[in-house]
Amino acid sequence: MTDTLETAAHPENLRRVAIDPVSRVEGHGKVTLLLDENDRVHQVRLHIVEFRGFEKFIQGRPYWEAPVMVQRLCGICPVSHHLAASKAMDMIVGATLTPTAEKVRRLMHYGQILQSHALHFFHLCSPDLLFGFDSDVAKRNIVGIVAAYPDIAKQGVLLRKFGQEVIRITAGKRVHGTGSIPGGVNKNVSLEERDYLLKDIEQIVTWSRESVGIARKLFEQNLDLYNNFGRFKAHTLNIVRADGAMDLYHGGLRARDMDGKTLFDHYDYSHYWDVIFEDVKPWSYMKFPFLRSLGTENGWYRVGPLSRVTQCDFIPTPLAEAERKAFMAFDGGKAAGATLGFHWARMIEMLHAAEQIRELLLDPDLQGNDLVSKGVRQERGVGVIEAPRGTLIHHYKVDENDQIVRCNLIVSTTHNNQAMNEAIRQVARQFIDGKKLTEGLLNHIEVAIRAFDPCLSCATHALGKMPLEVELLDAEGGRVDMLTRSSDGTFACQSDHA
Amino acid sequence: MSDTFQLDGAAVPFEPGQTVMQAALAAGHYIPHLCYHPEFKPHGSCKLCTVKVNGRTTASCTMPAEANLNVESNIEELNALRRTLVQMLFAEGNHFCPSCEKSGNCMLQALGYDLEVHATGFRHLYPDRPLDASHPDVLLDFNRCILCELCVRASSEVDGKNVFALSGRGITKHLIVNAESGKLSDTDFALYDKAMQVCPVGVILPKRVGFSQPIGERRYDKRPISAQALDDAPRQVDTSGNCEACEDPT
Ligand code: SF4
Ligand code: FES
Repeated sequence: MTDTLETAAHPENLRRVAIDPVSRVEGHGKVTLLLDENDRVHQVRLHIVEFRGFEKFIQGRPYWEAPVMVQRLCGICPVSHHLAASKAMDMIVGATLTPTAEKVRRLMHYGQILQSHALHFFHLCSPDLLFGFDSDVAKRNIVGIVAAYPDIAKQGVLLRKFGQEVIRITAGKRVHGTGSIPGGVNKNVSLEERDYLLKDIEQIVTWSRESVGIARKLFEQNLDLYNNFGRFKAHTLNIVRADGAMDLYHGGLRARDMDGKTLFDHYDYSHYWDVIFEDVKPWSYMKFPFLRSLGTENGWYRVGPLSRVTQCDFIPTPLAEAERKAFMAFDGGKAAGATLGFHWARMIEMLHAAEQIRELLLDPDLQGNDLVSKGVRQERGVGVIEAPRGTLIHHYKVDENDQIVRCNLIVSTTHNNQAMNEAIRQVARQFIDGKKLTEGLLNHIEVAIRAFDPCLSCATHALGKMPLEVELLDAEGGRVDMLTRSSDGTFACQSDHA
Repeated sequence: MSDTFQLDGAAVPFEPGQTVMQAALAAGHYIPHLCYHPEFKPHGSCKLCTVKVNGRTTASCTMPAEANLNVESNIEELNALRRTLVQMLFAEGNHFCPSCEKSGNCMLQALGYDLEVHATGFRHLYPDRPLDASHPDVLLDFNRCILCELCVRASSEVDGKNVFALSGRGITKHLIVNAESGKLSDTDFALYDKAMQVCPVGVILPKRVGFSQPIGERRYDKRPISAQALDDAPRQVDTSGNCEACEDPT
C-alpha cells in the first residue's frame, strides 16, 4: 500500500474496482480502487462529472438573469446559487441592501439550509446510520426507514417540507424561484404568509432539536466507529460574522490550519483569489482548490457544516449554541474532528436555521416595502455564501452593455474535493485493505462520501435507486467478478470464471 | 340584426369587414393565436388560429367573416395541430422558460400551458443567435424570436422608424435590425416605442428590470391566456344589450 493512495506506483498489474455511480448523493460520481492480488489497496480516487460548460454557457447573458439562470446548476440547492449570484450582482449594481431585502433573503437561505440538511440526513444517510453501514442492503434505503422508524421518517419529510414552504414564500416557487434580484428582492413577506409559517415553527424547532439528539446518540452508541471512521486532519475554510459568530449568509473568510492556527480571518471575499487558488489534475474534471499560503500539495481544506460549527466562535441562537458546546466537548473533542461529525454538525446547523427562521418571522422588516437599492455600477462582482454543503463562490465580470463576459464558480463540493478523497483513502486503509470485497465493505466508501453531502452534478437526483455496478478486473483487464445493483435495489453477483 | 356565422355550434354576429377572429373575440369566443394583435392588420403567419370553415382549414385571423359559415375551432383535431405548432416553435428557438425573464408574461408559454403541451415533441435545433445588448436601454434576445413580425409592423406603422425586418428564407429566416452595423444602438429605437410593447415572447426587453415582478403577479399567473385574450379584444354587446368589457367594474 502506497502512502497517499492518490496514484499507484505500478498500476499495470492491479485490478480495478469501480463504484459507479456513487449512490444516495446528488448527481453522478464514481470511485475507482486499484487492488493487487492480495486485495491490498494501491490507489483510490473519487472522480466527478462537474458542472462542465456552465461558466461558458452564461457568457453573453444579461447580468440580471444570472441569479435565476444559475439555479439550473443544481436541482437540490438552487437557492444557494440564486443567492450567491444575487450577492455578486448586488456588487455589480453598487447596491447596499435594504433591511427588508436582506432579511427576506436570509429567511430564504435558512429555509434552504433546513430543507437541504433534512433531506440529506433523513433521506440519504439515515439508512446507513440507523441500520449500519453493512446492514441488509435490501432494507438500507428510505423505504426501510419508513418501515422501521416511521416517526423519524415523517419528521424528516415535514422538516424538509417546511423549508420548502419558506422558499416558496420568499422566492415565489419551491424550485426556480425569482425572489432575489440584483440589489434586493422582488417581494416582501406578507402578514398572512408570515402567520402561515409561524403556526408550525415551534414544532419545527422541536423536531430539529430532537434531530441533533439522534446524531448525538449515534456517536454515543458507536463511540469508536464514529470517532474514527475515515478520520483525517484537515485545514478549514468558512465565512464568519465580524464578531466571529456563525453566519451562513454573509461574512468574511476564515481559514485555519489542521492544528487550529488561524491562516486568515475576516478576509474580504471580494478578493478571494489572493488566498484561494484552483489546481487541476489529469484524472478528474473537478478542480482542486487550495489555500495559496500553503501551496498546491498541502493547501487543500475542508468546508461545510463540520468546519463551520467547529470554527465559529459561537452560534448566535441559544439552542444551537448549547448543542455546539456539547458537540465540541464530546469525548474530549473527538467528535468535532471526526468525518462522521459532519452529521452531528449538520443537525446543529439545522436547529440554528430553525431558530433563525423563528426570529426572522417576528421581525416587522419582513413586511417592509423598500425592496431594491442600487448605487454606482461596477464591473466585477463576487458573491459568497455558506451553502448547505459549504462555502460557495460566484464571481462575474460584466461589460458596459450589461452582458456577463466572465464567470468563475467554486462550489462547495469542489472545495471538498481533496478532503473527500482523503476520507475515502482513509476508509480504504481501515476497512478494505487486505480484505475480500463485499457490497457492505464498498458501502463504507460511500458512507464516507455521503458524510460530506456532496452535490456531484447539477439536476440528476435519485434516492438509493441508482443502478450501481462494481467490477473486479484481473491484471489483464478481464472481468473476474461483477456485482450489480439494479434500480429496484436488488443485488446480483456474476462470476465469469466459473 | 347583423349576420351571423356558426362557431363550434354558437351563432357569432359580425360586422362587414371583420375577420372570423375579430368577430369571434368580440363576441367572447377565444380562438388561440400568436401573431394576431387587435391593433394591427392580420399577418397570418403563425397558423395557431387555424380553424375549419365548411370543412377546409384556414387561418381565422385573415379569413373574412361571412354569413352562415360553419366554423370549427375548439376540436381535438385542431388543438392537436396547434400543440404541434407550439412544439415546433419551442424546438426552433432557444426557449428556457425557467430562466427567462418573460416567463409568466409570455404568450408562447401561456399558449403552451393552455393547450396542454407537456412534451418537447421535436429535437431542439439549438440555433446560435447572439444577443444584441448594444442599446443602452433595450436588450434584444433573438433566441426567442418566433418571427411574428409584430415589432416590424409596429415600428413601421406606428413608430414610423422601420427598425426591424425579417431576412432570409425558410429555416434560416431571422429578425434583423435595419442599421448598417446591424446593431440596435445605431437606430433611433427608444424605450417608449410601440415596437417595445408588442413582442409576444421575450425578445425585445427593457434592460435591468428582468424578474422584478414576483411570481404570482405576472400576467398569466392568475388567469389563462384564453380568458385574457378576450379582455384585450374590442367587445360587442350581447343580445340583451350588455357589453361585459364596457361595464364599469367598480
Ligand atoms: S422580436 Fe418579438 S415581435 Fe418581433 S418578430 Fe420576433 S417574436 Fe415577433
Ligand atoms: S394568429 Fe392567425 S396566423 Fe397567427
